[in-house]
Amino acid sequence: MNPLAAIGRGFLTLLATTGRIGLFASAAIGHCVRPPFYPRLILRQFIEIGYYSLPVVGMTTLFSGMVLALQSYTGFARFSAEGAVATVVVLSMTRELAPVLAGLMVAGRVGAAMAAEIGTMRVTEQIDALTTLSTNPFKYLIAPRVIAATISLPILVLIGDIIGVFGGYVVGVYKLDFNAANYISSTIQYLERMDVISGLVKAAVFGFLIALMGCYHGYNSRGGAQGVGAATTNAVVTASIMILVANYVITEMFFAD
Amino acid sequence: MSDTPKLRIRDLKKSFGAKVVLNGIDLDIGAGESVVVIGGSGTGKSVLLKCIIGLMEPDSGTIEIDGENVVGLPRSEREAYMRKFGMLFQGGALFDSLPVWENVAFGLMASKQVDRADARKVAIDKLAQVGLSEDVAALSPSELSGGMQKRVSLARAIATDPEIIFFDEPTTGLDPIMADVINDLIVKCTRELGATGLSITHDMASARKIADRMAMLYQGKIIWAGPVSEIDSSGNDYVDQFIHGRAEGPIQMAVRRG
Ligand SMILES: Nc1ncnc2c1ncn2[C@@H]1O[C@H](COP(=O)(O)OP(=O)(O)O)[C@@H](O)[C@H]1O
Ligand SMILES: [Mg+2]
Repeated sequence: MNPLAAIGRGFLTLLATTGRIGLFASAAIGHCVRPPFYPRLILRQFIEIGYYSLPVVGMTTLFSGMVLALQSYTGFARFSAEGAVATVVVLSMTRELAPVLAGLMVAGRVGAAMAAEIGTMRVTEQIDALTTLSTNPFKYLIAPRVIAATISLPILVLIGDIIGVFGGYVVGVYKLDFNAANYISSTIQYLERMDVISGLVKAAVFGFLIALMGCYHGYNSRGGAQGVGAATTNAVVTASIMILVANYVITEMFFAD
Repeated sequence: MSDTPKLRIRDLKKSFGAKVVLNGIDLDIGAGESVVVIGGSGTGKSVLLKCIIGLMEPDSGTIEIDGENVVGLPRSEREAYMRKFGMLFQGGALFDSLPVWENVAFGLMASKQVDRADARKVAIDKLAQVGLSEDVAALSPSELSGGMQKRVSLARAIATDPEIIFFDEPTTGLDPIMADVINDLIVKCTRELGATGLSITHDMASARKIADRMAMLYQGKIIWAGPVSEIDSSGNDYVDQFIHGRAEGPIQMAVRRG
């Protein structure tokens, strides 16, 4: 085996896959903005993705906010900067932790379920059946998921922001003996609108990526139960990696100047 | 019967990579006729159906429906032809997220011909046609036995009153009695609709029952076609081996197909 040939082949496969995902994404977006729409299905996905993810996103952000307060307190005490705890918690949560953690949790929960459901529909010919019943599978299956995920994630993250800050507050006030009013005022004092907005933009992008990967891998799954299993794993892995990469790119766009 | 066949296929070819599946299929099906294509597993019967319906694009050749070639048509125009079709999928392919009646009425509601209440009435009518009572309408497909699922699937295929109905191995996986029930329903439903039928199967009992004419697919070509009455005297060794299910003969079972 020539190692260069192997690397070259791997690179070409990567390019081809990127191209296919790009085409899939543009088709998906095209169908999201052109009628017919399926409001029932969008609503169902909204409940599935947004509502049922509330507990897991709530738990994740609550404990992240709590541990953040504890860690930054013990760390900052070394140079007498304990007063910055509230600010550190709110900035980390809104800009970074709430969107990334919610994104990764939802990728595991929802991305996998989407790939499994659509993958099963593919291998049992249900997707072919849709086409023969004058229904475009992109409109019926993919557009509702992409729309619902792109809208639900920012809402989940906004709720996560609040819960995370609340977690920090609980630890700050009840364990670290901060004055409650002071903690709240320094939470708000340095917070800028852009901090929250950047987090919500991230969330929308992550939601889109999760639905895109879930649908892409499900839609293209082949070969029975094993194929569906592989699609599920691939959907979660690729969505998670894309979330982390997109997170860096968006942060760079908002805050590097 | 007019001179233009309902469906005329000429030199249809389809390969996957280096693997040639269809290698020049010629087949005519007259209006109102029921043709059954027989052939072994993996010979490309399902691929043939998918090319005709428009779920797969053939590499070359023509498929004429009422004299109009549909190969290479843009998606939107192809979809107009799909409305004339009904399809019974091999595994039923019922939508498991929807109750039985919504499955049956899916095509009607999708093409906006009717609202939900009327669609439900039509669905219950169609379920009755395949011998199912109103009780099953609200059940989920996963609550039904295999034979019941096939019936629901058949009801869905005929719900939009299609001009051509395709049946992909309608009896595979059913016990002989249920298979015969499905065969009778297929004959009855296509006849009542006056529809043209194209079935593919490797079940000879089913083929004899459904078919006006049979065609045998082997190595990507139709190697024999003729009326059912002539199938036993075709004089074709391949056909003889297949219909009598003999291991010995010109057809060799390959483990892996090139
Ligand atoms: N989408 C596809 N991609 C690659 N190969 C395929 C595809 N669909 C079918 N084939 C191959 O084509 C051959 C014919 O399949 P099929 O038409 O399903 O056979 P059958 O006559 O049993 O219905 C099989 O060997 C199968 O592996
Ligand atoms: Mg088949």
